Amino acid sequence: MSFFFEVFIGGLLAGVMYALVALGFVLIYKASGVFNFAQGAMVFFAASTCVGIVAKFGVSLWIAVPLTMAAMVLLGLATEKIVLRPLVNQPEITLFMATIGLTFFIEGLAQLIWGSEVRRLDIGIEDVPLQFLLDRFNIAVSQFDVTSAGICAVLVTALALFFSKTKIGRALRAVADDHQAALAVGIPLQQIWGIVWAVAGFVALVAGMLWGARNGVQFALTFVALKALPVLILGGFTSVPGAIIGGLIIGASEKLAEVYIGPMVGGGIEGWFPYVLALLFLLVRPEGLFGEKIIRRI
Amino acid sequence: MFYREAGQFKITYQADSQIFPIRQDRVGIALVLAIAFLGVPLVASPYLFSAVLIPFLIFALAALGLNILTGYAGQLSLGTAAFMAVGAFASYNFMLRIPGIPVLLAFVLGGLCAAMVGIVFGLPSLRIRGFYLAAATLATQFFVVWCLTKIGWFTNNSSSGVITAQKIVILGYEFDTPASKYLLTLCIVCVMAVLLKNMIRTNVGRSWMAVRDMDVAAEVIGFRLMRTKLLAFAVSSFYCGVAGALYAFAYLGTVEPEAYSLDLSFRILFMIIIGGVGSVIGAFFGSAFIVLLPIFLNIIAHSLALPTSVASNLELMVFGALIIFFLIVEPHGLARLWQIAKEKLRLWPFPH
Repeated sequence: MSFFFEVFIGGLLAGVMYALVALGFVLIYKASGVFNFAQGAMVFFAASTCVGIVAKFGVSLWIAVPLTMAAMVLLGLATEKIVLRPLVNQPEITLFMATIGLTFFIEGLAQLIWGSEVRRLDIGIEDVPLQFLLDRFNIAVSQFDVTSAGICAVLVTALALFFSKTKIGRALRAVADDHQAALAVGIPLQQIWGIVWAVAGFVALVAGMLWGARNGVQFALTFVALKALPVLILGGFTSVPGAIIGGLIIGASEKLAEVYIGPMVGGGIEGWFPYVLALLFLLVRPEGLFGEKIIRRI
Repeated sequence: MFYREAGQFKITYQADSQIFPIRQDRVGIALVLAIAFLGVPLVASPYLFSAVLIPFLIFALAALGLNILTGYAGQLSLGTAAFMAVGAFASYNFMLRIPGIPVLLAFVLGGLCAAMVGIVFGLPSLRIRGFYLAAATLATQFFVVWCLTKIGWFTNNSSSGVITAQKIVILGYEFDTPASKYLLTLCIVCVMAVLLKNMIRTNVGRSWMAVRDMDVAAEVIGFRLMRTKLLAFAVSSFYCGVAGALYAFAYLGTVEPEAYSLDLSFRILFMIIIGGVGSVIGAFFGSAFIVLLPIFLNIIAHSLALPTSVASNLELMVFGALIIFFLIVEPHGLARLWQIAKEKLRLWPFPH
């Protein structure tokens, strides 16, 4: 039984990391209706910039992080100005394609500037089992995972407060509801989009540092976007809590499936199991767990 | 001046409803086909066949398939490569398990298998739409490739997972040179493109477009949504399946799951977006663009003597930037530019 809990808790904690990436998608989708496929590339870009600054200039992580943050904000603002602004009023699929183009661009850019080798990122948290859980319940849970889950929890709470309590947050939700109506009541649309992309860049930075510290900073980081997609469709594209709950469900069920069902069918089912799970779920609730109900009129 | 339809009167219904109602178009198409069938095989080098022309035709076929689904029926899909893989592996297995089966029949059966898989994975489209569906089609992509990798029967228990494709032999003639493979591919692509061009003018095509434009309205006025959508998935997957079989047999020469990655799905999606969603000629334009672009970029990088790593990263960046540029400048794709050119030619040399 303790093995089951070990896998289950490990899955939940991994799910928090998926949720973090999914959050970046949700933020941008909520505020502009753009399905930003480049979020994975942004995670990669953030992590390799951070590591690259440390390696190249020999500064400490505490200086590198704000510098990376500045770079992410610049990247977000540039994206808004160069890519999205000319595409206002185009169909969703065009915007989606543009973000795939952006993915290629950012991947190339990150590797051009910082090289493509795998590098370590040390954020000072050790990946060892928590001692008291091991003693008391005989369950090995990584200290690193727990800490990163804590960081995610803080971040999510902060974002939720930001969305619901501040003036900018309200403006954001207004923009998400209706671009034109928001413009009509005097909300500066482009400024809002700039803020959203900057926040998404920040989320990408946190995700990139946590994932990078776990698995090394490398090109494979871009694929965390593919891990976040089933989380999104399960939780709903427009919901911050959906991203969290979806992440937990996907993380836990994926690990359990891999451990308990995997050996029966040859293993490696982690790649598709979350998608099939999310797909089956969608057949019951087509808008995901917490997504807005889609009302269609003629 | 050259492209004037004045004086071309249609006096029968048949003349009015033919595929290319304008004489210049008919002459142009005949010319293009003549060059493709007769001119190109005489002058092209084996490199040109195997590195440019064959992949161009195969990708165009796959793009036609995706265009049915996305361009005409309005269902966004990221699982194209999976359907191609099904077609390739099914054809391989038919040829392996049934000795003496005609190659073309194996291709058709492979396409039918892909169509069946397409129907199964098209079922969610009845409930979900838009990006939810796009993300859900990724399930097809990962699940199918995983199946083909893990289940030994599909790969005939090959240890490496890389299988040499069977020889293409039709009526005793072996298609083993690049030129002959090119001609075979060209024939198949031409037949299927004409079929599609006709299909979208029938009530089937019209019902797809009705569903694309507004599926609720289409249902209200009596289109059967389920049949229409699943038919779109089936036909689209059939085209992709045949393209996948050709990709393995005429281009790669091997049948392997890794060849049908998500990357391939994206490339085919790029093709229809850049070429023009919902247009047959757009699939060909888009395929040509995506096949030629890396080659051009390579030549440029080579002439500038850039190191390989820099060159490949620059290629990624240029590729991404060009896609964005294209979407901004002409969101309706190259097919729209072609249409504009034709409209201008109609009035040329007088602007009004």
